[in-house]
Amino acid sequence: MSSTETLARPVVTPAATPARRRRRRHPWVTGVVLSVGALATAFPFAWMIVSALKPRRESMAYPPHLLPQQLTLQYFTQLVQQLDFGRYLLNTLAVVLISMVGLLLMAMAGYGFAKFTFRGKEPIFFLVLTTMMIPVQVTMIPTYLILNGMGLTNTLVGIALPTLVSAFGVFLFRQFMTTIPTEVIEAARIDGAGEGRIFARIVLPMSRPILAVQVVLTFITGWNSFLWPLVIASDQNLYTLSVGIALLNQQVATNPSLQMAAASLMVVPVLVVFVVFQRHIVQGFALSGLK
Amino acid sequence: MRPRATPYVLVGPATLLLLAFGVLPILVAGAVSLTDLDAAGLGDVSRVRGVGLANYAELFGDAAFWQAMRNTAFYVVVGVPSVVVISLVIALLLNRSQSRFFRFLRSLYFLPAITGIVAIALVWGYLYNTQFGLVNYLLSLVGLGPVPWLSSPGLVKVSVALVAIWRGTGLNTVIFLAALQGVPKEYLEAAALDGASRLRTTWSVVLPLLRFAILFVTVTTVIAWLQFFDEAFVLTKGGPLGASTSISLFLFQQGFAGARFGYASAGSVVLFVVIAVITVLQLRGRRSDVEY
Repeated sequence: MSSTETLARPVVTPAATPARRRRRRHPWVTGVVLSVGALATAFPFAWMIVSALKPRRESMAYPPHLLPQQLTLQYFTQLVQQLDFGRYLLNTLAVVLISMVGLLLMAMAGYGFAKFTFRGKEPIFFLVLTTMMIPVQVTMIPTYLILNGMGLTNTLVGIALPTLVSAFGVFLFRQFMTTIPTEVIEAARIDGAGEGRIFARIVLPMSRPILAVQVVLTFITGWNSFLWPLVIASDQNLYTLSVGIALLNQQVATNPSLQMAAASLMVVPVLVVFVVFQRHIVQGFALSGLK
Repeated sequence: MRPRATPYVLVGPATLLLLAFGVLPILVAGAVSLTDLDAAGLGDVSRVRGVGLANYAELFGDAAFWQAMRNTAFYVVVGVPSVVVISLVIALLLNRSQSRFFRFLRSLYFLPAITGIVAIALVWGYLYNTQFGLVNYLLSLVGLGPVPWLSSPGLVKVSVALVAIWRGTGLNTVIFLAALQGVPKEYLEAAALDGASRLRTTWSVVLPLLRFAILFVTVTTVIAWLQFFDEAFVLTKGGPLGASTSISLFLFQQGFAGARFGYASAGSVVLFVVIAVITVLQLRGRRSDVEY
């Protein structure tokens, strides 16, 4: 666990008394320092939500009021009514769903690299890791040309495809699945279970911690994805929330309240998912053996 | 007993996708960079002509390209050390206690990392606003300002980089925290028994054990900042007068806004070579570091 607790153990000897005093004082000071930093980090979000609830007149007032004098939800209703919100939301969820297929492919690959020996395994895995080093922005234009060649521009699949599988995801799955005991898999095989069944019934359930992290991260990146929806979707019917909101920003005359309401619509669902699953995220990184 | 094909079926789809959207684009960029492919050529291949190295020659004579290169260098030099040091310090402090309160603080630090770039652009654009933005108001309380955050060519890079540092710290903090959980307790106990102070223990015991995590975070952060894009794209579109344009943004503008795919591909190849060389140098440098 923590270094503080381990440091506490030898304090029975009088020689270690200064260490004890230090232990008592430090977490408190640390807590204050960290709190100040954390509040500064999170403040823009608080400001976003507060401003979304103010009438336009107040959100453009100078000097700004920290707390709204008048609360209103009118900008949220305006967004949902004016923006083609339902469609954007559906498109965004579709992109998230397609991304989940990628998650399955990454889990499969991780299992293959972790538990099988096959010809060409090392070079293939090395190749996979190399793509981790290849920058996304560098490949932006050629990737567009490839998608264009495949006839996938202006489709939801085209939006999700370039980021469907990440080498880092494959790597995390492999790291985790290496720790699954091979005997369990062999025993199932001797009992006559097929490979697909072993994967679905044994390997996936045993990988729940890393799956949880990946599901959360996939949801977040799918929900937030902006560049590919912007580049690939020229048809307004295919806009995701982030593209719709970005374009709204250009259309409407300056109205900070409306903009902050739009930002809140983007951020709050992710916040909720994150708060519910946040323990898995940190644990997942630790479990994957990234030390 | 088990079919030979099984591992290939498992590994195949993901590997093929990674090749199609990781490796193939580099090759495509290499080939396209030798042509004059544009919007017309996209519709009718017969109109595409090979131009040899003309795109590269034009690129190296393009003042906007060099401005973007200098801006990118600025982003890397300012951004990478800030993100690595800040996230490491936050992780070391957060690791001092496993209490609920510290876990709560941890999630606050992680918030910017999970927020979509469009929302970030709206919120920071509002905070930085020169007429009614909160940042300038807070500065005015201590007698400073008003500061033209996004409209001054000299300052805009700093403003944009600040947002990216704010956003980039959380994920790396979590990676460092995960690595810190792997530090064996026995080492810390031994150091405490020997009377080492906490600072000394951190410096001489914990940091060396985090070497792999620090290398990993540094390499990925350098790659991320070399292709710096999002914050500049949404906050300033690279302006004013290209003062915040990074290489990636320059490529985007040439490729998509200008539909000069050949020219932009030449730029992509150059950026790829720069990133590859810097990454290999970092990995080399570290390897010799471990040996001594």
